[in-house]
Amino acid sequence: MSTTAEKPAAPDSEPGAAGRNTAGKGRSSAGRRPGKSGKVRRLTRRDKLVLAIMVGLPTLIQLLLVWLPTLFSIALSFTRWNGLDLTDIKPAGTDNYSFVFQDYPPFWPAVQHNILWLVFLAVIATPLGLLLAVLLDQKIRGSKIYQSIFFTPVMLSLALIGIIWQLFYNRDSGLLNYLLGTAGKSQAVDWFGDSNVNIWAAMVAATWRHAGYVMILYLAGLKGVDPSLREAAAIDGANAAQTFFRVVFPAMRPVNIVIVVITIIESLRAFDIVYVINRGTNGLELLSALVIQNLVGEGQVIGVGSSLAVILLVISLIPIVFYLIRTFGKEGKA
Amino acid sequence: MAANFDPSQAASNAGPGRRTILKTLGLGAAGLAGIPLLAACTGGSGPAPGASSNSLTFGSGSSDDVPKAAYKAVTDAFTKKTGITVATNVVPHNDFQNKINSYLQGSPDDAFTWFAGYRMQYYASKGLLAPVDDVWSTIGSNFSDAIKKASTGADGKMYLVPNYNYPWGFFYRKSFWAEKGYAVPNTFDDLKTLATKMKADGIIPIGFADKDGWPAMGTFDYINMRLNGYQFHIDLTAHKESWDQKKVSDVFDTWKALLPFQDPAALGQTWQDAAKALEAKKTGMYLLGSFVTQQFTDPTVLADIDFFPFPEIAMEGTDAVEAPIDGLLLSKKGGDNKAAHDFLSFMGTAEGQNAYAAVDTSNIATVKGADTSKFTPLNKKCADTIANAKYISQFFDRDALPAMANNVMIPALQSFIKDGNVDVKNLEAQAKALYAAQ
Repeated sequence: MSTTAEKPAAPDSEPGAAGRNTAGKGRSSAGRRPGKSGKVRRLTRRDKLVLAIMVGLPTLIQLLLVWLPTLFSIALSFTRWNGLDLTDIKPAGTDNYSFVFQDYPPFWPAVQHNILWLVFLAVIATPLGLLLAVLLDQKIRGSKIYQSIFFTPVMLSLALIGIIWQLFYNRDSGLLNYLLGTAGKSQAVDWFGDSNVNIWAAMVAATWRHAGYVMILYLAGLKGVDPSLREAAAIDGANAAQTFFRVVFPAMRPVNIVIVVITIIESLRAFDIVYVINRGTNGLELLSALVIQNLVGEGQVIGVGSSLAVILLVISLIPIVFYLIRTFGKEGKA
Repeated sequence: MAANFDPSQAASNAGPGRRTILKTLGLGAAGLAGIPLLAACTGGSGPAPGASSNSLTFGSGSSDDVPKAAYKAVTDAFTKKTGITVATNVVPHNDFQNKINSYLQGSPDDAFTWFAGYRMQYYASKGLLAPVDDVWSTIGSNFSDAIKKASTGADGKMYLVPNYNYPWGFFYRKSFWAEKGYAVPNTFDDLKTLATKMKADGIIPIGFADKDGWPAMGTFDYINMRLNGYQFHIDLTAHKESWDQKKVSDVFDTWKALLPFQDPAALGQTWQDAAKALEAKKTGMYLLGSFVTQQFTDPTVLADIDFFPFPEIAMEGTDAVEAPIDGLLLSKKGGDNKAAHDFLSFMGTAEGQNAYAAVDTSNIATVKGADTSKFTPLNKKCADTIANAKYISQFFDRDALPAMANNVMIPALQSFIKDGNVDVKNLEAQAKALYAAQ
């Protein structure tokens, strides 16, 4: 390895190339630039400019669209404000939080529903997506068509989804009550109106979408698994189930982690379906719907809405932190 | 997740995965966290304001085809009469209502469509509206006292020029009632007796729909006003009266007697569904605004529809009528534009309102001497009911703080409909917090 000798020649031009690949793995790529130290130095000024733009612009966008709004939200959650004049902002201490926790009846049902949503997605929807992916990964005829069909819900607009599920769930003329033989009778189930069942109806609709999403990710994951692993397992005498659960599934670990995070995030930001049904009231309370209810539109109470948003943010941070620790912890060790 | 894996493979695969994920998270966080910022920053847009007195801009939330065409007829008639041009800026009505805060603070139009009640007084008290006392000095005699009162700000100045309104009452099918021998109830006890009879006949006595949350406020308002009077309704919605008192829990107790007669499927249906049920004679009567008639497209059904006021209970007989008023306001900027004042004056005359009503016949013009020649008997009855009312309330969500109506009352009423329970202590706690934030 002659590359190590070249390295010190251009110490200040490194961050762009090597900064990303901190650990030993990145060193080998430096081998491509032997004896170019002078050139590197000449390019440095332009590099610096390019770097400044490439780093500065995303940082600025990140600052503008993520960090500032987040900080504003946190700040506003400790105030009372009618949203009109900046001078109307009054400090409120933790009043908004105690209001949310103690006096706001939809809050705790919303927390429960979000948890239920997470469990449902994790136990039903995600495994369903995995199952679809495994089935479609077999060499069956028309696999592409099935893939498209199952992925379609992910691409459909919110309004369309509402209409489609209305056709299934309508009390008087819906397909579901028709199949149950209760349509038009008094015992017909009011799938959207009955607060005992509507959360389940909504979660089935969400599953319909989520499974397609998970399927596509796993299909990509399955394609990425080295076929020699399967062969080796087959040679060792593993059956199909053992090959999948002991070899293929663990080999997809990166995808699995992504899916875990996506499932958690999806359950936290679940919103569109309940909003289409009844704007997240009457048994369909979700944190995200409460945030919208309190921040956007006529029922705007900025302090309360912001504190709900902050609560949601704090909850969302848990899986994010978990994910980052897994990822960066791993890189540090490597 | 899986316990053992190949680290090198993970490292190479995690790259794009991580970035995608971070991007997704970033966008998600921006989406959520950005809401207050966006809410605060979306400015109203529209044509450049015309400060000269030969033109004005007019923001209209009446985006449905019929009202839109009706306001077009008004502006055309105004332009023809005065030579002042009106640049109309139509915004979908939900957007218009939801963005009113930022609209008024951004670059609002000179004149715009809005409602009477607390929702008008609130913006007036924040100095975002221009008073139109000069307009009222010329059009004042065209309106009844109840309507004039509803157009007044909390500071006693005039702000609204009303266009039309529509009464709330119990709608029913005349032929159906004649066939079954039902009579219009005058008292609450009569109503309960009638409902019991209907239930025995296998009909759902009172049509009801509350999927959207707001229609149930009509029942609350009427029982409240019949039980405690109009002034209590106004004071309660303005939160000058506490929710945690016997008067309020009495309203819910009285309502509880009515609950078994109201359509049990209320929470799953919209008012349009309930209107269809009334048309199909599945329900006996339906408490809603006269806009319910928009759903009866069959002329024979429409001719068969009648209504009666909410029966009296304890106070003021049936003097108070829930009849939300829609009209025009001037933004603060529009207050400096003479042409905008002229436009509002025009809206306050029979000429202006006739131009509107000729196109949109589902509402009742508020001005005295409006053209009634095309009125159906039902229109006439609606108009008479309003004209004879001593008090006109604006409906809970217009008389109260919007946050109180949307965030507190909707969930509270929906859970009341479900199990007949309501926690007035909690209502008061919420009201206290929300009104304090204004």
